[in-house]
Amino acid sequence: MERLLKIAVIGAGVVGSLIARQLTRYRCEIHVFEKEEDVGWGVTKANSAVIHGGYDDLPGTVRARFCAKGNKMYTPLSEELGFELNRIGSFVLAQKPEDFSYLETLRKQAIENGLTGCAILPAQKVREMEPYVADSILGGFWCPTAGITEPWMVAIGAVENAVKNGAHLHLSEAVTGFITDEGPRGRRIAAVKTDRSEYPIDIVINASGLYADELSELAGASCPPLHPRKGEYLLLDKFDPPLVRSVLFPIPSAISKGILVLPTVDGGLLLGPTATDLPKGEKQETRTTREGLSETLSSARTLVPILDPQWTVKSFAGLRPESPQKDFVIGKTEIDGFVQAAAMRSPGLTAAPAVAEHIVEEVLIRECGYAFERNDRFTPVNPPYENVSRLSLIEWEKRIEEDPLYGKMACVCNKVTEGDIRDAVRRGATTVDGVKFRTRASFGRCQGGFCLAKIAEILARESGRSLGEIKMRSGKTEILRGMVRE
Amino acid sequence: MKEMTTDTLVIGGGAAGMAAAVECAERGCRTILVEREEYIGGVLNQCIHNGFGLHVFKEELTGPEYAQLFKSQIRQKGVETRSDLFVVKVDAKRREVVTMGKNGCAIYRPQALIMTTGARERPFNSLRIPGTRPAGIYTAGVAQRFVNLHNRLPGERAFVLGSGDIGLIMARRLTLEGMTVLGVAELMPHPGGLARNISQCLHDFNIPLYLSTSVVEVHGRERLEGITLAKFDPVTLQRLPGTEETVACDTLILSVGLLPQNELIESFVETDPVNRGVKVDSFMRTTHPWVFAAGNNVGVYDLVDFVTLDGKIAGQSAAKMVHDGFLPEKRVPLARTENISTLIPSLCCLEGNPFTIYFRSKKTMKKARISIGPGLFETIRMGIKPSEMVDIPFTVKHMEKLKQLGLSKIEVSLKEVL
Repeated sequence: MERLLKIAVIGAGVVGSLIARQLTRYRCEIHVFEKEEDVGWGVTKANSAVIHGGYDDLPGTVRARFCAKGNKMYTPLSEELGFELNRIGSFVLAQKPEDFSYLETLRKQAIENGLTGCAILPAQKVREMEPYVADSILGGFWCPTAGITEPWMVAIGAVENAVKNGAHLHLSEAVTGFITDEGPRGRRIAAVKTDRSEYPIDIVINASGLYADELSELAGASCPPLHPRKGEYLLLDKFDPPLVRSVLFPIPSAISKGILVLPTVDGGLLLGPTATDLPKGEKQETRTTREGLSETLSSARTLVPILDPQWTVKSFAGLRPESPQKDFVIGKTEIDGFVQAAAMRSPGLTAAPAVAEHIVEEVLIRECGYAFERNDRFTPVNPPYENVSRLSLIEWEKRIEEDPLYGKMACVCNKVTEGDIRDAVRRGATTVDGVKFRTRASFGRCQGGFCLAKIAEILARESGRSLGEIKMRSGKTEILRGMVRE
Repeated sequence: MKEMTTDTLVIGGGAAGMAAAVECAERGCRTILVEREEYIGGVLNQCIHNGFGLHVFKEELTGPEYAQLFKSQIRQKGVETRSDLFVVKVDAKRREVVTMGKNGCAIYRPQALIMTTGARERPFNSLRIPGTRPAGIYTAGVAQRFVNLHNRLPGERAFVLGSGDIGLIMARRLTLEGMTVLGVAELMPHPGGLARNISQCLHDFNIPLYLSTSVVEVHGRERLEGITLAKFDPVTLQRLPGTEETVACDTLILSVGLLPQNELIESFVETDPVNRGVKVDSFMRTTHPWVFAAGNNVGVYDLVDFVTLDGKIAGQSAAKMVHDGFLPEKRVPLARTENISTLIPSLCCLEGNPFTIYFRSKKTMKKARISIGPGLFETIRMGIKPSEMVDIPFTVKHMEKLKQLGLSKIEVSLKEVL
């Protein structure tokens, strides 16, 4: 029997998931290792969720190359993988006359990066499109192809599709080291060690987000040092009609794109992120701070002054990896078989599909010369997560006829039925957050006040566990700790 | 898809909705009561402590007992209850209510609609408290549900943020069930809950109450490990630096206020910005002539008894409208003066049955003069507290006097008498 190449993808964030899925187009043995209990719970979970236009990355950088291409790839990808993508467009807003020279730079870069439809719009036009922007806004750079999505759903869709096409998903399994040996092209990967087992492996794709430098070091591969950059966010309640329709950027600062104001796909309003550089070791430091949250609000208000902190649904912080080069690290290393998909800072989400394609087609096949056979049974389509309340009343009724649980509302804020939640559990959600990110149940204004107990009950029922075993997310996050009466 | 007409449709089967439905049915209206949970009764079903019913039944009942009295009446009077039913849409133009449930979709066309959708708890996540986002933080109602309906304890060592009544009740409940309740913190200089609950739930169990204190940070990456408390200036409500103190606990219970829920109708009825609930007149009619409302979606009440009484008025008024085809239109707005926060109703009709004006003071006053008018009447009340609603009966005589005086608004004034 022929021996298939064994490939380990480390990290089931957006990048790792899309690479794993791209690999399943070929015949190989794929193992995706994720230390968390679910997919997309690192950098993927807490970022701005923007599919960037690709106009602001300096032409010639790796970022620019993959961002503009990745943006274009998102439309077919969202159709195949079944996640939501809304191309709502973005504005970079000028508040001072001198800002227009920056907008002009963007306009030129947009052309150089191959974008179409971008324009500098006068204040009046900006206000027509975004009536709540500050009076001080003098104009804006408009990019119609920018969009928003749910990044974790991109990862979930990609992983589900990869698994369907033959990949093995190892959740709650952390990679702890590598075994290398001497091959014809120097040191090469021989095996991957995890906290559970050891796997003979030919190729490692390092998509481990904040940990990519540490894992590289374990393998003896070079990687620039990464440090976490913390971003604090405020999520505000829905408005109908929405207060803000597109992604609003300020003129960027020296280190980041600044604090944005944008709608979320489920109708809320997201403000953020701040950009606080943390020491290298603090890769779990996702505390929000008083200063950070107040900066988020005050900066967002310079764009949209009406924003009221009373509308807060949630505040949270996310970490993104940053390297001294402020650029992605993609490609092969001095260790044969160890390939980087690292330092995926902004616009990493946007670039991810293009990076995934590049790693497989260019790096593995062309540069490294691995001979893969096409996987004839590859199917690109992953069924979307359904929410029956978004169907027409007649369609919804049909679903209820099939199963009455589709007529039982669990989350009243975001209208998620018990049937939808049960389906999410059957598709892989094992925790309250797993249900929340897949279905949006408890994402809304009551933040679980009405539905937490229901979600926990469905999880318990479907998995044959007791309520006391149900967790919020990875680790010791049990929501309940004892019985009232035995 | 089923379509049906009815005289009255009540949305929400809690205290207000049950009372309203009984009144409608008693007056010969075909009445349908819609409830999204499996059982009617609302939050009363999980409030197994006593203290309910002193005004309405002149005895102390538990929540389930109180609800049961209405559930029996609902059966006797022939109210049709539809539980596990979710209201998708209220269409004011077509006067239709679209529902979805395990039997599919239905469109109801009631002559009068009564909204008794209650309130939800203000969640932790909306408070912008810095720190981690660990497991172990619950609103008091969620914790109450887990303890009383699911037989589960949230943790071992709890702290309570906010001194609303459910928080105080839960401080006692968790103590009785073997958890250590370390204390209750209240940002304001006065408690948020009823005096009797401070006494019976905290003092009787030696649970300390820290006024002008709040949680300024939470700790613990997986499960809650502790909280940092700080003192706040009682007047400016600004945090006082250097007063921080960290307490180890695995559970944080929140009782930081209730928010009226009116998502179904807020696009076409007026809302009172202070009550945060829908505006109603003394008939418990909203600013849309087809829609009545009562209970915590109008404003947050202290006592379920008051909710029941206003629910009854809503039911009686809706029945009257169904029978007469109209209700008197002339109404005069009630206006707040400086010391008043919650005020129900928002408008007073010049005709109709007596009703009660409910309001909440912003300050604690030993003795206060309440005047309604000018020129309608005055009264002195002792021991005014922000946590305890003041109820002022408004009689038919007052209505007649109001007509004679020809006031364009009724001022509700509350002044401390020194």
